Amino acid sequence: MPFIPHTASDEQEMLGAIGVPNIDALFDEIPKNLRAATLSEVPAGISEMALQRLMNQRARLDEVALSFLGAGAYEHHIPAAVWDLVGRGEFMTAYTPYQAEASQGTLQLIYEFQTMMTRLTAMDVANASVYDGATALAEAMLMAVRANKSNKSNRVVVAGNLNPNYHAVCHTIVKNQGLILDVLAHDPATGCLPGAVEAALEGAAALVISYPNFFGGLDDVDYLTDSAASAGALVIGVVNPTALALIKPPGEWGTRGADIAVGEGQPLGIPLASGGPYLGFMCCRQQFVRQMPGRIIGRTVDQTGKPGYTLTLQAREQHIRRGKATSNICTNQGLLVTAATIYMSLLGNEGLRQVALTAHSGTNALTNLACQIDGVTARFSGPVFHERVLSLPVDASLVVEKMAAHGVLPGLALGDWVTGMDDCLLVNVTETKTAADIACFARLLAEVIEEVKATC
Amino acid sequence: MAETRDNVRYLASHEWARLEADGTVTVGISDHAQDALGDVVFVELPETGRSVQAGEEVAVVESVKAASDIYAPVAGTVIGVNDVLDAAPETVNDAPFDEGWFFKLQPADDNALNELLTPEDYRALCAADDH
Amino acid sequence: MLIYEHSRPGRMARAQYVAAQGISSELADDLGAHLRSSALGLPEVSELEVVRHYTNLSSKNFAIDKQFYPLGSCTMKYNPRGAHAAASIPGFLKRHPLAPAANSQGYLACAYELQNYLKDVTGMQAVSLTPMAGAQGEFAGVAMIRAYHQKRGDHDRVEILVPEAAHGTNPATAVMCGFVVREIPVTKEGDVDLDALKAVVGPRTAGLMMTNPSTCGVFERQIQEIAETVHEAGGLLYYDGANLNAILGKVRPGDMGFDVLHMNLHKTFATPHGGGGPGSGPVGVGARLAPFLPTPTVGMAEDGTYRWLDHKDIPDTIGRLSTFMGNAGILLRAYAYARLLGAEGMNRVGEYATLNANYLAKSLEQAGYTLAYPARRATHEFIVTLASEAKHQHVTAMDFAKRLLDYGYHAPTTYFPLLVPECLLIEPTETESKAEIDGFVAAMTQIRQEAMTEPALVTTAPHSLPVKRLDDVKAARDLDLAYKVTA
Repeated sequence: MPFIPHTASDEQEMLGAIGVPNIDALFDEIPKNLRAATLSEVPAGISEMALQRLMNQRARLDEVALSFLGAGAYEHHIPAAVWDLVGRGEFMTAYTPYQAEASQGTLQLIYEFQTMMTRLTAMDVANASVYDGATALAEAMLMAVRANKSNKSNRVVVAGNLNPNYHAVCHTIVKNQGLILDVLAHDPATGCLPGAVEAALEGAAALVISYPNFFGGLDDVDYLTDSAASAGALVIGVVNPTALALIKPPGEWGTRGADIAVGEGQPLGIPLASGGPYLGFMCCRQQFVRQMPGRIIGRTVDQTGKPGYTLTLQAREQHIRRGKATSNICTNQGLLVTAATIYMSLLGNEGLRQVALTAHSGTNALTNLACQIDGVTARFSGPVFHERVLSLPVDASLVVEKMAAHGVLPGLALGDWVTGMDDCLLVNVTETKTAADIACFARLLAEVIEEVKATC
Repeated sequence: MAETRDNVRYLASHEWARLEADGTVTVGISDHAQDALGDVVFVELPETGRSVQAGEEVAVVESVKAASDIYAPVAGTVIGVNDVLDAAPETVNDAPFDEGWFFKLQPADDNALNELLTPEDYRALCAADDH
Repeated sequence: MLIYEHSRPGRMARAQYVAAQGISSELADDLGAHLRSSALGLPEVSELEVVRHYTNLSSKNFAIDKQFYPLGSCTMKYNPRGAHAAASIPGFLKRHPLAPAANSQGYLACAYELQNYLKDVTGMQAVSLTPMAGAQGEFAGVAMIRAYHQKRGDHDRVEILVPEAAHGTNPATAVMCGFVVREIPVTKEGDVDLDALKAVVGPRTAGLMMTNPSTCGVFERQIQEIAETVHEAGGLLYYDGANLNAILGKVRPGDMGFDVLHMNLHKTFATPHGGGGPGSGPVGVGARLAPFLPTPTVGMAEDGTYRWLDHKDIPDTIGRLSTFMGNAGILLRAYAYARLLGAEGMNRVGEYATLNANYLAKSLEQAGYTLAYPARRATHEFIVTLASEAKHQHVTAMDFAKRLLDYGYHAPTTYFPLLVPECLLIEPTETESKAEIDGFVAAMTQIRQEAMTEPALVTTAPHSLPVKRLDDVKAARDLDLAYKVTA
């Protein structure tokens, strides 16, 4: 019992005060036949030192020299100050800020986060985050169907070039509430959505656009947003926060902007860490704020007129509205919001722009180098942001397996993800990759392709 | 003690309904209800033209710590809503029976109001609530 | 002061620039019409300003690391630094979620073993670690109940029963899963009203969601009869693991008759709450619901290596709940916690949590406070009702809570469960010492005295925090959700 502070005499005094002979007597209201728990699978306890040794051994098994995997989670440099600050007990071991006077640190920080997210996306309001990018999208779909007063539709049109895992998560979450997800297939030649979408959007509650899309490509968001607007559908933009330092923010799409913007906040100072915890951000137009799920922080004043921060619009939430709440969510990803806010403060406008620009030019450099290899081509031609699909002359999953054995993860083999793309590799380059890393990738890719060809 | 009015009928869920001279019905929430809710911060009103059944949820009133559905007292069509509440929801607290009304209905049946609680019934209900 | 108010055009944390000399915008010329033309609108501050600003902000928080945090139903126990360190090893932090299994055996081994530990402590047949918080675990559990009935062609089961004392998430979750909610009353002793349950259970019942111990801080004594009643009617039993800490190592939900449950690892397994998240809410199921588990889970291949199991392995799965595989970093912390405690340590969690709660309840009763269920044994938490103080001194539960902040204690949970008027739900957890609890009792004794002699001191509290009571009405009426820069 490594964290229980009781001495034997404490225990006796406490039992005496309660008036029971032993601890077991405190469980006397529980039927005897239920008090039989014996743990057979949990091993005996170990010391922190032994734990550290074990975990170091295991973590070492998962180390790789170089990774070009993206597909929704991206390796970025994280300034040292970020997790030094996030790791402070005052942030890490605080609870949800229900007692506002005792939580001004967390509350003000979330208000700053909301501000930064509205600026980055050019939207009116942001919430304090939900679990991750995919669940943010699922919540946005439910929200759009509630918010769209111009039609009673429960049909959401989803871009076919959305990350397939996002689509899968949304399907799990919204299907029980009767939403229908219609896929708007992308053009197999360009990877982007087709040039005529009016028919598909007729009578739909919302259109989901991914920018960049799963293949890294950039759809014509102005046209799509305007088409949705004239069809009476709300526009949900799924965006990458790093990309927004370079490309058009959802609030500026088309003539009136997107209605809801969501995305994965992981690129903002959050480690890859096997997929979580991350944070899903949600922003929207002012008029939809009461349909937005999740925690929201507002600025107000205290009894003396001093500015302060507090949870607001709580009547939408499950602890008050119960069965009629906007969602059952009770958490925001508070600690990850802390990391993202500090990350954005440290990088600032120019810092984030440099990250995006370096990633973008690195991706172009890698594409150029890889396409010099015999049989390797870019699958789609248009511009991309920090991710590109390469067509290989051999099965991409074999290439991944062989390169991984050399300690290099070359990207995602798309065969299991998108029909008819067995030869395709989705490659990501961030600012963490040097010219030498990119050259190493290309050299190894060429070797491995030859190796695979030779064995086939 | 909360105020009640004798020229209106009530629902057990604390809405009031007043038959106007022109045959329309004005709907709001009682003084007792606004007092129990506390400071009203938002009112979601129905769309004009919507036809509603008696007992149907048509509006929501929100305070800091609670949100309550507002039910249509009688069947009919929504013919107007109180836009003042958008910018000044506190009107519900200040004048629940007057400027703080929620919406107007054209009732499907002129006699439907007679089915609702009388002021005496409603006062008895509130008194029971307070104990 | 906001970070934006420190901002000055041209100020920067230059060490964070990829290229200190700047990067030519021409590199993005190929983006053409996609290029952003508007400003990003982030603050422009130096690195020291950032560090100082957020360090100062952190000091405005209460936290377990700083003080006793007896927040009922939230299990604010010590979050071991060793578990945090173990999850923060570079090999784990840098592991990409889509890295091939061959390069992920370290993480997979931990996840696989954690699945087994959680099966063991709950008495369940199978576990999925993917739900990212308790509410998502609930969603997964109820969605599995729905999938189970649908697979059997039992389409009339459209109702989920929930005791009225339940967490608000229970009804919210049932609605998200497409069910209608029916609330069951609770007796004066805090038990489910069995007759009322029997009156509504039937062919429309999909399941019953409950916690045990309940949110009233007492063990539901008739749990076996409740389970039989629901099962006989063809419904399934859902266990909300919010209060698992009370019985960890003592009683297993599977033995009580539950078919499915979620665990809140950020409570029972001591992972940090982080100011509101992240959580982690793995689900466990009995044999009937195992085919519907959310994906991915971790399995072991014949050669002893670990691999992900997905919809190919679990074809009837309710599906995927997160972009990748849940809050993996939190799962690693929970795994580390389980290893540090071991079976013996885990047995003691429920015991000492219960000892502390009963001792604190008894001490507060002696100090003059009214327990909501004085005839019952407290579990890991208990309820004090201040209805009398509110009526006679006009000092409410909220006032007591705010005044406690002045004494350096975080407030207990207030006004929950809703059925007890003016209540404080108090949970000390097993990691607090007798001395700490005695200090809290002394403060509560003092506040009670103040409420009688100088009530204004209590009703206007807190007096010593960074802000006084905030105007929540203004916050909701005049929404200010993002800072507007004044040019």
